[in-house]
Amino acid sequence: MWDSATIMMLAKETGTTLYMTLTSTLFAYVIGLPLGILLVVTAKDGLRPIAAVYKILDVVVNVTRSIPFLILLMLLIPFTRFVVGKSYGATATIVPLTIAAAPFIARLVESSLLEVDRGVIEAAQSMGAGTGTIVWKVLLAEARTSLIVGATIALGTILGYSAMAGAVGGGGLGDVAIRYGYYRYQADIMIVTVVLLIILVQILQLIGTRLSKRLDKRITN
Amino acid sequence: MGMAVMETIIQIKDVSKTFVGKENTVEALRGIDLDIHKGEIYGIIGMSGAGKSTLVRCLNFLEKPTKGTVLVEGKDLSVLEEKELRRMRTQIAMIFQHFNLLMQRTVLDNICFPLEIVGQKKKEARGRAEELLKIVGLSEKAKAYPAQLSGGQKQRVAIARALATNPKILLCDEATSALDPTTTKSILALLKEINERYGITIVIITHEMAVVQEICTHVAIIDGGSLAETGTVEEVFARPKTSAAKRLVFQNGGNYQEMKGKHCIRIVFKENSSFEPVIANMVLECKTPANILLADTKDIGGVAHGQMILQLPEDDIVAGKMISYLKERKLEVEELDNYVG
Repeated sequence: MWDSATIMMLAKETGTTLYMTLTSTLFAYVIGLPLGILLVVTAKDGLRPIAAVYKILDVVVNVTRSIPFLILLMLLIPFTRFVVGKSYGATATIVPLTIAAAPFIARLVESSLLEVDRGVIEAAQSMGAGTGTIVWKVLLAEARTSLIVGATIALGTILGYSAMAGAVGGGGLGDVAIRYGYYRYQADIMIVTVVLLIILVQILQLIGTRLSKRLDKRITN
Repeated sequence: MGMAVMETIIQIKDVSKTFVGKENTVEALRGIDLDIHKGEIYGIIGMSGAGKSTLVRCLNFLEKPTKGTVLVEGKDLSVLEEKELRRMRTQIAMIFQHFNLLMQRTVLDNICFPLEIVGQKKKEARGRAEELLKIVGLSEKAKAYPAQLSGGQKQRVAIARALATNPKILLCDEATSALDPTTTKSILALLKEINERYGITIVIITHEMAVVQEICTHVAIIDGGSLAETGTVEEVFARPKTSAAKRLVFQNGGNYQEMKGKHCIRIVFKENSSFEPVIANMVLECKTPANILLADTKDIGGVAHGQMILQLPEDDIVAGKMISYLKERKLEVEELDNYVG
């Protein structure tokens, strides 16, 4: 199996997996980060309590999170076709990946921001800071370590989802595992893809942990 | 007082605050009336849960009163637009029990924070922050992070941060409650210095009488959401009228309540009365011993004040003689009838 074609194929599909994972994480943050901020700000004891907005977001996030990814993938086929022009391949997979990950990220962001000490928020308010300043300079800045940890978790989860998308021809390592390992009974290729996935998750985790530690000034050393 | 009429800087009129919860409503404040004058160090003291923290938050509208008005420099906070209120808050600084510093920012950047809020240029803000760090004596910690500082140092940074926008009022919410006695003293000394140097009016919320005695000029005692007593610290300390005031005055003077002694009196010494050995002379004069249950000296506004609790003899005639002897010597004598028997 170790001919150059297979190795090239594995290398290419590893690249595809990374492309899908990183791009959809980025897009999911574009949606999920503001959503998470809105959840915190409009909550009952938030900076700007707006019960209606909070309730709607809360329900939307919960509903989206309840749909199993594989089902969502199918449900979104018309939408994906509309956005990308086709419903299979790596780029097409980014659409359902983004939509599945955004509410998950919103929750991660929400919980990170809720960790910020209320006293510090109150201090900022006492200085005359407005909501925007507090969100930007207090909530996001103080929660940055936790946000990075959250992003690491998100990346790992989305990487897993992207492998699942292989089942419907999404491309990437998951696709390889299913096509070669499952349909053609090439267990060795399946094992190699699994090992590659593990290595990818480990690398992402390592980078995330290192970065969050380096940026955390609460620890003295 | 013989001074010129002082300008009122904070006027609290009939302020009430009720918190409505799901199961119960809590009346945190009930009809508070209080005037604080420019340049005063005003102590608001009460047991925990008395409503003092809510009251101080009504002064910068972090809590909006359910009823009543708060005027700061004659401006009714309740009619201000949000933007105006925020601008007002830059003039009413606040420090907290747990310092509330931004943990991910350096000391210097923490002090720059309120200046960023008012839109000052970064370079100017840094210059001002360095100046303030010098005032609080922490210049060498500019690049440190709050996690690397002691409690006292953190509070100094918080004070520097509070002063950044040149506020007219400084609110201190239990600012020394998380600190040890020595650090508390140094922080209070710093606050006093700030008050004298910059004429900033300081409002101190505390549950410790010692803090009030150390630096306050005036005190309000709050009990169960209502104002029990107000006055100069000297007045309230020498002649506490209400039971809430008495509880606080005796707070650090031993277990007053537990004394089962009969016929107890409390004497307050002032500067001019502390030279003569009064008690010894009284005992010689009456030829009957008196039991000293408590003796304590406190420094109030730079003047030594002492208090003593004596247990007088059972004989009412001798006891009466002793009381009049003390009163003749211009001592404050208070009979503690409620603790007899």
